[in-house]
Amino acid sequence: MRGILIGSATAADNGEPMAIDFRADDKGLGIAELKDMAKRVRSDIIRALGSSKSGHPGGSLSCTDILVALYFSRLRHDPKNPKWPDRDRLLLSKGHAAPALYSVLAECGYFPVEELSTLRRISSRLQGHPDPNKLPGIEIPGGPEGIGLSEGIGMALASRLDGRKSRIYVIIGDGELDEGEVWEAAMAAVKFKLDNLTAIIDKNGVQQEGKTADIMPTNPVAKKFEAFNWNVIEIDGHDIASIIGAIDKAREAHGGPTIIVANTIKGKGVDFMEGRYEYHGKVPGPELLQDALDQINGVGK
Amino acid sequence: MSEQKLDSMRKALGVAIQELGAKNIDIVVVGADTTESVHLDLFGKDFPDRFFNVGIAEQNMVGIAAGLAFGGKTVFCGTYMVFMERAIDQIRNTIGYCGLDVKLIGAHTGLSVGPDGGSHQTIEDIAIMRAIPKFRVVAPCDAPSAKAIAKQAAETRGPFYIRIVRPDSMNVYADPADDFKVGKANVLREGKDVSIIACGIMVQEALKAADKLATSGVSASVIDCHTIKPIDEDAIVRAASSTGRIVTAEDHNVIGGLGSAVAEVLSRKRPTPMSIVGVRDTFGESGGQPELMAKYGISSDSIFEEAKRLVKT
Repeated sequence: MRGILIGSATAADNGEPMAIDFRADDKGLGIAELKDMAKRVRSDIIRALGSSKSGHPGGSLSCTDILVALYFSRLRHDPKNPKWPDRDRLLLSKGHAAPALYSVLAECGYFPVEELSTLRRISSRLQGHPDPNKLPGIEIPGGPEGIGLSEGIGMALASRLDGRKSRIYVIIGDGELDEGEVWEAAMAAVKFKLDNLTAIIDKNGVQQEGKTADIMPTNPVAKKFEAFNWNVIEIDGHDIASIIGAIDKAREAHGGPTIIVANTIKGKGVDFMEGRYEYHGKVPGPELLQDALDQINGVGK
Repeated sequence: MSEQKLDSMRKALGVAIQELGAKNIDIVVVGADTTESVHLDLFGKDFPDRFFNVGIAEQNMVGIAAGLAFGGKTVFCGTYMVFMERAIDQIRNTIGYCGLDVKLIGAHTGLSVGPDGGSHQTIEDIAIMRAIPKFRVVAPCDAPSAKAIAKQAAETRGPFYIRIVRPDSMNVYADPADDFKVGKANVLREGKDVSIIACGIMVQEALKAADKLATSGVSASVIDCHTIKPIDEDAIVRAASSTGRIVTAEDHNVIGGLGSAVAEVLSRKRPTPMSIVGVRDTFGESGGQPELMAKYGISSDSIFEEAKRLVKT
């Protein structure tokens, strides 16, 4: 099981399921509990990647706090009934961050945390990139970049046609902004006045082969979306309170979509990975993985 | 089987989708600034809330269609196929990969587009679309069958690729085409010496060729194999058994299209001498439809010649 590698103490550590009403607008967890959960999720990510020996640690660790804040605080969903029609939807457009999404879903109770060790293995539900037909809680497939915002628009339109109060959140990497389709979608979301749609840019500044500033400069991201007539909120993407504040502000928007530009650090929480493109799609050996777990859980520091 | 009448299959498809929209509020339409010529605007006029024109942005169009399908809608989505092909990634990785309820309409396919030229004449679309798992691929030959396909596609969950053409075509089926069923090839004419298996507007060319063959003493079957995937294997094997010779005909590359699909079946189940009439792995050019079909060897004359050649050997 999770064993000694977990350094934090949360309600779930005694083996009891957490009594959280995931359907609620505000699940009532405090910042400290959410921070603990983020540690726990980061540990899950590292262990899952240790098991698969391949995958994407950097971009998983950069969006962990955003995912935790959404799933454990603001997203209205139901792990026992993943297809609940009135649920909010979280679309991970940057599908390579699958280990982060899987870990959060497992901690919510969509499937057993132990199953995370099957990541990328043959016959596993935990595909290298998410597959909604295989794993409960997955809304869209991942893999090719740049498609998620379009899918989010489609879902937001469907939700509005059905008169549901579901909100659609799309997490997009900043490297993903290289894809032209994102900008096609950026125009369309405004045309269709989708105030039930929130995009979150995981702006970690690093993509597969280097810094986004070198590979393909995307700045100024916030100004670009402002020019596209989005409501723009810029935050520290590792500050849980800021993330929640931005989500709440996006909920109040009327007549158009909101984008949260979340400034993050690729590989956040593991010093030898932070800001390093080398850990975009590489898993280190067992010793470094143990070091990563120790760092995340504050052991020996 | 039908009265001799020239009709537009794209108009018929548009009208059918408009009619379906009145019966089913979960049907939505997504287009990309070609909705008038694909006649999806008819739906839009009746149901503006369920009609989404995304501009000249095919990747976004397909992505939005996928999102609507994830949201529980039955989506008709289309534009000229040559434009939609830039969204093959989105088509594969959302609609195909997840088996979404999206009916893609590829309009203005084949050489028959005519004067717009080779840049607009998709001759690879059947090959691409039938290689994507979970997709059904259909190519109607006339207006009544296009209408039938729209209805059946709406009633069948999962991805469809519906291939239509720009020019009007002579009706082969009565309207409504009650004898038309997706997945079931239609024997339009029974013959003894050779079977011509065609799809799209090559069905009419096949019928013309069969008339001409009859006058020169060759008895030809004509089969409308409108559904290229899943292909009607039984009908193909029956044709091969009864005539021993097969000619296929399509307004598409000879690589990967109907001819290939038929050859795949026969090589497994009943190897039979056959000839594939189609565009011979080259791009088209501007010109009138009949001129192009003659120049690129996909007219009734080409079918006639190939059938004669097979019968002689």
